[in-house]
Amino acid sequence: MKVTVTVRPRAGILDPQGEALRRSLQGLGYAASDVRAGKVFDLELEAADEREALRLAGRIAEQVLSNPLIEEFEVHAHAEVHA
Amino acid sequence: MSARVAVLAFPGSCDDRDAVRAVELVGAEPVRVWHADSDLGGADAVIVPGGFSYGDYLRPGALAALSPAMAAVAELAAAGGPVLGICNGFQVLTEAGLLPGVLRPNAHLKFRCQDVGLRVQRESAWLPDMVAGDVLEIPVKHHDGCFFATPGQLEDLDGHGQVLLRYVHNPNGSVESIACITNAAGNVAGLMPHPEHAVDPLLGSVDGRILLRGLLDQAAVGAPA
Repeated sequence: MKVTVTVRPRAGILDPQGEALRRSLQGLGYAASDVRAGKVFDLELEAADEREALRLAGRIAEQVLSNPLIEEFEVHAHAEVHA
Repeated sequence: MSARVAVLAFPGSCDDRDAVRAVELVGAEPVRVWHADSDLGGADAVIVPGGFSYGDYLRPGALAALSPAMAAVAELAAAGGPVLGICNGFQVLTEAGLLPGVLRPNAHLKFRCQDVGLRVQRESAWLPDMVAGDVLEIPVKHHDGCFFATPGQLEDLDGHGQVLLRYVHNPNGSVESIACITNAAGNVAGLMPHPEHAVDPLLGSVDGRILLRGLLDQAAVGAPA
């Protein structure tokens, strides 16, 4: 089952990468007042159902993909599309 | 018999050879440990050296923290053995949960390669013969050296005397200019500056030897000079 984990810096945590992007966007003339840079992970997991896959992905995100001190994460399952 | 100091190496480590040489210079026996090794070769103490373990993928130190060698380090640390993490090694120890906090990209996003002044905060086994207010000079070379800890963690660090060194001039945006911390028990220490690069008068400073002596002093087997 395909599951996507997104990880982003927690609110209030300085994100120098996002800040550098914001300045570059403003340099290009875009009215970007805030940019936060995160990460996206697409996982293919062996799981009985969507609930199980989300639970697994949540554990992986908490244990490895994010550092809970500075980051938060979300997990999304992708519904299987049968042709 | 001299103390045996395990010097870890991960794919992407680059300061392990300097650490090995520094261990020899202070009169101990280095034991090289590869990341896939699950034992430390009978070492009494550990240096987790600098570099870019696993290419700094995910977060600096995050993947190295999951390696078999780090499980062995955690075991030695739990038994009270001294562990010193330098630069990437500091990042590995925070990611492994052996030290509180985390190292983030430098606040100004610039790589810093320079000597820095480090003010001693308190007397400690890690800093033999040093007293609060003394200043060491040791080089830094990093992009992700901005120490961050939550307000609760900072309270613990300050309250329990776990901050050993603060930057005289903060080079990276670290919270409260913190440069070197220990765990609550005091036997695990980490810092971004490189003691192993400050062991030879030829390179300007030998202040790095102080921390290495501190490591040996705490090793189960003492290292006679």
